[in-house]
Amino acid sequence: MAPNGFRRFASDGRLITVALFLPPALLLFTFFVTLPLFDAAGYAGYNWSGYGEPEQWVGTRNFEQMAGHSVFQQSLWNTLKVIGVSLFIQIPLAMTLALLIASKTWSNTVFRLIFFMPFIMAEIATGLMWSFFFDGDYGVTAMLGRVFSMDPIYPLSDRTWAMPVILFVIVWKYFGFHMMIFIAALQSIPEDLTEAAQIDGATPFQIARRIKIPLLKPAIAVSIFFSIIGSLQLFDLIVPMTGGGPSNSTHTIVTYLYTFGIVRLKVGFGSAVGIVLFVMCVAFAFLYQRTVMRPEAE
Amino acid sequence: MNNLMKTTAIGAVIGLMGSTAMAQDVVINVLSIVVDGELEENYREAMALAYEAENPGIDIQLEYIENEAYKAKLPTLLQSPARPDVFFSWGGGVFYEQAEAGILQDISNVASPECLANHSDAGLGSFARDGNQYGMPMYAAEVVFWYNKDLAAQAGIDVDSIETWDEFLTAVETAKGAGITPIVVGGKDKWPMHFYYSMLAVRMLGEDAILAASAGEDGGYASEGFVNVGEEFVRLVELEPFQPGFMDAGYDKASNLFGDGQALFQLMGNWDYNASRQNATDGVGLSDEQLGIMSFPTVDGGAGGDNDTFGGINGWLVSETASPEAVDFLCYMVNTENQREGGALGLWIPVAKDASDGIENPFFRQVSENLGASQYHQLFLDQALGASVGGVVNDISADLAAGATTPQEAAELIEEARQFQ
Repeated sequence: MAPNGFRRFASDGRLITVALFLPPALLLFTFFVTLPLFDAAGYAGYNWSGYGEPEQWVGTRNFEQMAGHSVFQQSLWNTLKVIGVSLFIQIPLAMTLALLIASKTWSNTVFRLIFFMPFIMAEIATGLMWSFFFDGDYGVTAMLGRVFSMDPIYPLSDRTWAMPVILFVIVWKYFGFHMMIFIAALQSIPEDLTEAAQIDGATPFQIARRIKIPLLKPAIAVSIFFSIIGSLQLFDLIVPMTGGGPSNSTHTIVTYLYTFGIVRLKVGFGSAVGIVLFVMCVAFAFLYQRTVMRPEAE
Repeated sequence: MNNLMKTTAIGAVIGLMGSTAMAQDVVINVLSIVVDGELEENYREAMALAYEAENPGIDIQLEYIENEAYKAKLPTLLQSPARPDVFFSWGGGVFYEQAEAGILQDISNVASPECLANHSDAGLGSFARDGNQYGMPMYAAEVVFWYNKDLAAQAGIDVDSIETWDEFLTAVETAKGAGITPIVVGGKDKWPMHFYYSMLAVRMLGEDAILAASAGEDGGYASEGFVNVGEEFVRLVELEPFQPGFMDAGYDKASNLFGDGQALFQLMGNWDYNASRQNATDGVGLSDEQLGIMSFPTVDGGAGGDNDTFGGINGWLVSETASPEAVDFLCYMVNTENQREGGALGLWIPVAKDASDGIENPFFRQVSENLGASQYHQLFLDQALGASVGGVVNDISADLAAGATTPQEAAELIEEARQFQ
């Protein structure tokens, strides 16, 4: 920066702003994100229970063990399922609803509020609520069983059904969030565009397809980004619903890390899982930012 | 639970006020898992107050954390300046890790000789390692079959006559035939399921083979013996003895169902006597007349002794930086009078010498006798083997019950975890 530029930078208060606001963020980030990250990378090479100092160096064994562990493979597969459902069910659903209730009317506000409600609820509370809902003894499924005089069903105790139920709850919980992103974007579309199309005789469906959705591309890109990062980090809905069970069939990468790294006191192994998760998130975020979300691409 | 939270919150507030008011006090932090019910909490609270009254200048802070969270939080907590002075322990593998990490205090010379002499070698041994005494035992627990006498009569089963595993399996079939759920179990928590696998191992293999396996001899846990244990468990599983949806039920719910009289058997520690009543929908549960206990049946040709028991010896460990006052308070908590009172209140089975004479609860007296007659008391395998191998034992027990694995694979998985330890 030229001396002139620096003087201006110093005199118009920007220097003070930087001096005041940068250090806290930088320090917090360094101490709570960067340093633990390097720590974790170091621990990943040890067989360490978390007690005392890590001493037993095992090289890449933690990574090999993880790659060969059927539960880890299952948790990767589950994470992929979550991503798939988020992209192909949740986002289209959110989009459809957004298109239906984007215009500012009284009834639409009510619907928006209702659809957004699940997102406001705490994840743990949501998980508990749905675990009661699907409880074959006390839950709504038990009630349905009584009404139709069938045997009660316990979907969360079933290895086949537990994951689909979780996927359903994920969609239920997060579609409102994506809907809101789309509604915000829809409201920024100039009305003359849609009016012009109406005058030309376009049907609402055509307007949505030819005008609104193409103009929503940046919002869709953001939505997909949040979906995938959120899916990779999914944890707090799973724990109260199944805790990763039955038979470890519903773990995601993070619940896998928690169960097999932290609860079982294998901090070295858990760190290795954390590193893999971190690399996946960073690689995705980086690639996505560089390709889909590049300003030129819009 | 609400009450518990309220009491804890009030306790915390009072504690905070207390600690600011008496800043010169020696503060003793005692951290425990959440105890079931106000009775035990009040008992501990009263003990702390009595000690404080006798020893001016001491401020005792009792804190509780939920079991699973406690296990996960402890490593970080114990290695931070906020570590408690005295904390709850199940003994076993996790305790060994803590001892080896050097975060515990050898109290052999800190605790008074009377304090140490007050406990049996077996009790003290549960919290000793390499000749160092790191803590004191508080109570023993045994896993037994609890049964509902009304349902047994309804199904025409004479539980007293059940002695062998085969007879037990027949009783399960009879109960099913009578339309009664034979067994409730909290499969979601996995550890209730590991009681079956462990108890069968205790009966079929016995002390020597279990110890040999943990040392990796004879193929370790992948030995034929452990495969056979899995096979016997699968024989039970194939009868579909558990309540519907058992893999989505935690221990609390299973205990609730048992307390509500929904099933004939529950394989559970003696603590379920109190827990099943609290968890029962009506808060009353089964009466002493309706309840019965039965020792785990023997298995034909099994190498284990018929009197061998399975359960825990739980107690307290002392952290490295704890003051001598903290050790003194620990000794006070587990002295004969306090132990006797705990036994008399029906909280648990005391382990201090001469403390069991106060036990009035007939079931606890039975359990206390069982423990006295036991040649070999196997600690909960998920604790004894440490968190990682123990976790796999829990996993495979639940998987066997859900039909998600075979006895052979199950045994190999435990052995694999042992080798990777």
